[in-house]
Amino acid sequence: MAMSEANVARASAPRGLTAKDRNRLINIAIPVGTAVSLLLIWQAGVRLFGVPQYIAPAPTDILSVFVSEFPLLMRNFWPTLIESLAGFIVGNLAAILIAVAFVHSRLVERAFFPIAVFVNTIPILAIAPILVLIFGPGLTAKVVIAALICFFPTLVNMVRGLQSVSPQALELARILSASKSEVFWKIRLPTSLPFLFSALKIAATTCVIGAIVGEWIGANVGLGALIIESTFNFRSPLLYATVFVSSGLSVVLFAAVTLAERFIVRW
Amino acid sequence: MHTEGRDIAASLSGAGVRFGDFTALKDITLDIGAGEFWTILGPSGCGKSTMLRLVSDLVPPATGSVEIFGKSTEAARLAREFAFVFQDATLLPWRSALKNVELPLEIGRKRGIAIPKGDRTPRELLELVGLGDRADALPSEMSGGMRQRVAIARALVCQPKLLLMDEPFGALDEMTRDRLNLQLLDIWRETGTTILFVTHSIPEAVFLGQKVLMLMAHPGRIKEVVDIDLPYPRAISLREAPEFNAYCSQLRRLLEEC
Repeated sequence: MAMSEANVARASAPRGLTAKDRNRLINIAIPVGTAVSLLLIWQAGVRLFGVPQYIAPAPTDILSVFVSEFPLLMRNFWPTLIESLAGFIVGNLAAILIAVAFVHSRLVERAFFPIAVFVNTIPILAIAPILVLIFGPGLTAKVVIAALICFFPTLVNMVRGLQSVSPQALELARILSASKSEVFWKIRLPTSLPFLFSALKIAATTCVIGAIVGEWIGANVGLGALIIESTFNFRSPLLYATVFVSSGLSVVLFAAVTLAERFIVRW
Repeated sequence: MHTEGRDIAASLSGAGVRFGDFTALKDITLDIGAGEFWTILGPSGCGKSTMLRLVSDLVPPATGSVEIFGKSTEAARLAREFAFVFQDATLLPWRSALKNVELPLEIGRKRGIAIPKGDRTPRELLELVGLGDRADALPSEMSGGMRQRVAIARALVCQPKLLLMDEPFGALDEMTRDRLNLQLLDIWRETGTTILFVTHSIPEAVFLGQKVLMLMAHPGRIKEVVDIDLPYPRAISLREAPEFNAYCSQLRRLLEEC
């Protein structure tokens, strides 16, 4: 609705910017301007005080490494992307299925919820070496770590979402003599979607953290491995470039989830 | 008071409802004739909503029995002989107005349950409640009054012989409420359905009903049934009439005695 109204507004005022457009431009300009200013201050500060490159490289140093080492960065980007995505899918799918089981059986919830809370209290950095020991230095350990970090927020949100059906909606279902599966597919699941998507947004960024932590412990490819390697070799511009690529990966995943939400949760 | 030989839509005999130690309804004996419009009044906590929930098989009777068109409430529910309109429209927010009206036709279809289809299609029902042009609108894009009209269209889609309404216009402003009252009377005349309508507004109860059932609290039981002898079709101007106000004063006195 809002989109079509904006289009109408634009069509009716072809010349010049409408107030809405101007507002939107200002909303973009302010954060971009701030970021550019901070980068300029960083650049000037590093040059002015003669900070050695291995302690803090200037933004231009990072940019030039980003360009020259682009193939190296990409070679390490793909494994991390695959691990993050696989972890995202496995962790969230497990959380959704367990949430469904919790909502349908109080017994299952009472038996397993404390265990889920306990697993969640173990710092991911503490459990990662154990998982690498169990699953070896390959892909599996990283996927499991990424899945584990996604799991708990999605579980909690999904349980809340599935339980947020109004009592009247359940009475309506009862009057229509709806079966348990009809209540689930037609009422509970759609009701839970906004809750699920706020959890998936959290998972979109944390799954990358999980994959990178996994790569720190035992890997020779991936952004995490590249971070460790460039740190030990004092290749600070490459380290910074890798960090930016990592956060770029999180942003891409977050944007993908947001886009999916906009298509699916239209109400 | 009840004429012999009429068709009975709902028959309660000695029906009571208990929630733990609390007696919500006690010893309700009542016959509601097919095609009649009953309104239910009473102080809060007198079991008005519970009475609709008893008739619609949402709560079981602790004592006595309830029959809908000579069947058990469960059999009537499975045959979709009654429909319920809640105070809150209870639309599914991801479904358009039309899709919400179609919901009762979808429930049970895959299980091969015979769903009674009304003479009117969901689209025609939306037109009946004056929302023919808003079929694709989502609930969030509609006003409270429009949402409640969609809920009424949804309730009518299986052509119920008994319509249970639990303060359906309680949350609406006065003008919307007046308009929907008139529309509901039109729908009642056109469909010939029986209506049980809970309200806490005395004028609304008198304006709509042929009979007003007055309940009293602690425990919820029947205080009195008042016949409203005012001709249909009723217009808003009826509210100025002395007979109308006489009924209102009578009911107000009864309510004070409760």
